[in-house]
Amino acid sequence: MKFTYYPGCSLKGTAKDYAESILGICKSLQIELEEIPDWNCCGATAAHSINHQASIALAARTLSLAAKMPHSQMLVPCPLCFNRLKTASYALQQDQNNRYKIKLPDSVPKIWDLANFFATEKMLEITAQKIQKPLEGLKVVCYYGCMAARPQEITEVKDFENPQALDRIVANLGGTAIPWPYKTDCCGASQAFSLEDIENRLVGKLLDMARRVGARGIVVSCQMCQANLDMHHKRAGGSSGKLSSLPVYYFTELIGLALGLKGVQKWLSRHITDPLPLLRELGLFGT
Amino acid sequence: MAGIRLMHTLDPDYQFLEALEREGPFKTGACFQCRKCTTGCPVAFAMDLFPDEVIRMIILGQREKVLSCQTIWICAACETCTTRCPNEVKIAELMDHLKEMAIRKNVPCPKPQVLSFHETFLKNIEKRGRIFESTLLPVYLLRSGQLLKRWKDGTWSAELGLVWKLFSKGRIPLWPSKNKGGKEIGRIFTENK
Repeated sequence: MKFTYYPGCSLKGTAKDYAESILGICKSLQIELEEIPDWNCCGATAAHSINHQASIALAARTLSLAAKMPHSQMLVPCPLCFNRLKTASYALQQDQNNRYKIKLPDSVPKIWDLANFFATEKMLEITAQKIQKPLEGLKVVCYYGCMAARPQEITEVKDFENPQALDRIVANLGGTAIPWPYKTDCCGASQAFSLEDIENRLVGKLLDMARRVGARGIVVSCQMCQANLDMHHKRAGGSSGKLSSLPVYYFTELIGLALGLKGVQKWLSRHITDPLPLLRELGLFGT
Repeated sequence: MAGIRLMHTLDPDYQFLEALEREGPFKTGACFQCRKCTTGCPVAFAMDLFPDEVIRMIILGQREKVLSCQTIWICAACETCTTRCPNEVKIAELMDHLKEMAIRKNVPCPKPQVLSFHETFLKNIEKRGRIFESTLLPVYLLRSGQLLKRWKDGTWSAELGLVWKLFSKGRIPLWPSKNKGGKEIGRIFTENK
């Protein structure tokens, strides 16, 4: 299987762990990723907040480049990139009055949020066939954040109030995904550096609830949620005032772990909250 | 005198709703005040006007109050309100549009660090077509005065420690990932200033 791939800016920088784990598992599952040559930033929160026209034009440029690729489907690991590409595509389809003065080629590929792609029945089956080491005993909560699901008319997601993709992936790997109420409650990452007090409160709320329902870790598909929960828990503290250092795994890292891939240690060593002690305790790593 | 001041604060601009809708549409007029948006908003606790109040004030022509409120800058753009609104009011998109309008009309931003972060971010994209995280944060901290704030409240050392940790874990690249469409990207920004 070959796919067009749009990594987005942070996977070239601070989310190196996410990027490496994606490449690692795709290689193992024989999924070929072809990066869009010369892609640009989707504009992220900044563009849609203060320059709407640029936010559509930036995403449209990348979509036009993707349309030149030979593949009919595109994988996007960052939910914010996914959201912005889908928003531009939607806005331009609806643009009867030619407000944006941009026409997208008809050959724009189908845009997949990476977690939703790996949660399709076909991909769950392909993954299951290659599992070496089921993640038995790993109790986690799956945290989806905002951008992969909302708003539903743009993302075309049906279960936006109670998404299942990550839960299915975790269960498929032999782990336990505990149901919890904050799956899609915002973590405040977009303002982690400008409104820290608000963001601290949101992160604290999530970590507290994850602990209350008995989770030993959090599984995410968004590098901003990951960074926010993984790095700022000290600042956030939680309502107990204590540090809630729960490890925050990318779903791709857990797939790699269950597949017994060699790169796992390297990916996980890039986290701030050390995710290895829990895996060692459960006999899932280094045994 | 009190009467005159009251007249001033209540001086409505009934063109406001129409002007907004022309640039939208956001379906602002469809709001029937069920407060679903406010109830589900994760950052309502920090707002000076609740999302439903912003919408009501637009309908009542309270242009200045809406453009100068903190709410539009505190909105985390999580899209919960837009998703849940039974009348399909595009609330989160409206919040963005109000920010743009406030900037255009030179209304002082009550949360200048938020605006500063967005501006620094866009400048960073304009330069290379992609975000270079290694310069984004330092430039923002300097530009916004947040560095000084962190120095004063003593949080700078914890932040610096975190940056060092990221660096030692190979997550802060020294060289940017560039794209070659510099002129195209530049044009996107010059055409949409």
